[in-house]
Amino acid sequence: MLQALEGSQAIAQAVALCRPQVVAAYPITPQTHIVEGLARLIADGKLQCELVSVESEFSAASVALGAVAAGSRVYTASASQGILLMSEVLYNIAGLRVPLVMTCANRAVSAPLSIWNDQQDSMAVRDAGWIQLYCADNQEAVDTTVQAYRIAERTELPVMVCVDGFTLTHTLEPLEIPPQDQVDAFLPPFRFARALDPSYPVSSGTLVSPEYYTEARHAHHQALLRAKDEIVAADSDWAVLTGRASGGLLQVDGPDDARVAILTLGSVFGTLLDAREEYPQLGPVKLIKLRAFRPFPVEALQQVCVGLSDVIVLERALSPGSGGIAGAEVRAALAELPAAPRVHNFAAGLGGRDVPLDIYPRLLAATQSASPVRFAILDVELDKLPVEDR
Amino acid sequence: MIEVRIHGRGGQGNVVAAYLLASAAIIEGLFAQAFPAFGAERRGAPVTAFVRVAGQAVRRRCQVRQPDFLIIQDEALLYVPGVTEGLRAGGGILVNSAQGSAELSTVSGKDVISLPATALANQFLGKPVPNTALLAAFLTLMERLPLEALVKALGQRFKGEVLENNVRLIHAAASGVTPGLWRQKACPLFTARP
Repeated sequence: MLQALEGSQAIAQAVALCRPQVVAAYPITPQTHIVEGLARLIADGKLQCELVSVESEFSAASVALGAVAAGSRVYTASASQGILLMSEVLYNIAGLRVPLVMTCANRAVSAPLSIWNDQQDSMAVRDAGWIQLYCADNQEAVDTTVQAYRIAERTELPVMVCVDGFTLTHTLEPLEIPPQDQVDAFLPPFRFARALDPSYPVSSGTLVSPEYYTEARHAHHQALLRAKDEIVAADSDWAVLTGRASGGLLQVDGPDDARVAILTLGSVFGTLLDAREEYPQLGPVKLIKLRAFRPFPVEALQQVCVGLSDVIVLERALSPGSGGIAGAEVRAALAELPAAPRVHNFAAGLGGRDVPLDIYPRLLAATQSASPVRFAILDVELDKLPVEDR
Repeated sequence: MIEVRIHGRGGQGNVVAAYLLASAAIIEGLFAQAFPAFGAERRGAPVTAFVRVAGQAVRRRCQVRQPDFLIIQDEALLYVPGVTEGLRAGGGILVNSAQGSAELSTVSGKDVISLPATALANQFLGKPVPNTALLAAFLTLMERLPLEALVKALGQRFKGEVLENNVRLIHAAASGVTPGLWRQKACPLFTARP
């Protein structure tokens, strides 16, 4: 049954259905209503779980790390500066290969200070060794949260579920919350083979000399590459159970004969779907939703881009001094194709700037350019800047 | 699809109003989406919230730039540049005001329907939160969603005395406007989910 729910409350319910044993979170800005909702469920006796309210995101991630290492199913959530403050621990969580799930309610990063949505925060920790899945709507956020636990626990890798802050977390829409028995059938109780046990003391996360560090990194990289199969399997098994799929590694929508594609991550996808209907005169266009950013689905992306003339990457983050982040990776992946499509790369919607329907014709205008657009911020208003900064 | 923009000030329950309107539509078997445009989170600051109601899933995530309807919780905002911007031709404006509709339309130079929502809220709730009274008036003007749907949406969010007082309030507020006055405006028509 479809229920009217705010994104963050729906995610809280989805987390609760996964029966976490420990939730650790810093409860103040930039936190969302997700942990607030979980705290209420615990206080009301509806969820048997230990809530650890900590004094910083560094501690939230540290508590989460310790609790998973001890064999508990654990959840945390953060965003923006909180993710950055966690970042040292995020690397440790991944390197120690503990299967934690967290939500990143994507928000811009300071300075200048902004509370609003973009994806700079999760992009800043893309190399931490986590799986990163981006959600296009709140139903995907609910479904991906459940899938994330299975993926994490099967791969022994942490999963970051990236959900656009405000644009999704604070949006109320009709959502299907899966029944408990469905989630239980999909997600068996967590048994961590390497759980710390005082009866058999071991040391973990100790100094690794140059003789073995490289091998640890190689193994971690390989584990992420192998995780692609689990991401696909989790989504297709969930679809069998619920009738809802979130796109696996990536999802393509559009006619087979389209020669142009727009690729994006997160909630802009829905806006582009509507925009394409508003501008039918602009011809057939494929829309690609990149759900998995880590691991990066090189083969799947190459497959769906065969025969395209132009791929336009729209992202809500950038690497100053370089350009787009997703764009650079898409360009590198597609360069291997025999008749590689031209890759144009734009950022838009930074720090909560609205991404309206008319972004669509402006994106497609790139296909008319003589050479590919390496990178540009599409919605920058240069007249607001002093001449020397333009 | 119809698009509604709600303008008010922090503390007037703008976001809750948007959520309640979308919830009422979802309860009635329609699709809907509601979200705020957060600014500084403090009492008194202008706040905007958006609602879309449609017969099929709402996919776009952009702000409402060309609303079919405006609900203005603070009369003074009617004179703030940008507040009525983008209103579609033939669209409707509902304003919380102690002035009558004809009088306020003359004074503001805009075709508006007014409702003394603050006075009603003070009377029934004992506090000046105009949001539910305005929603009741809005649904009554549109005659697309029954008041009962709003009662159900309120029931999902409130209970006890707060709920009972709000139910009394919305019925009083509904009788303060002409039923179906905006029925023709609530186009294009939307149909319920299969």
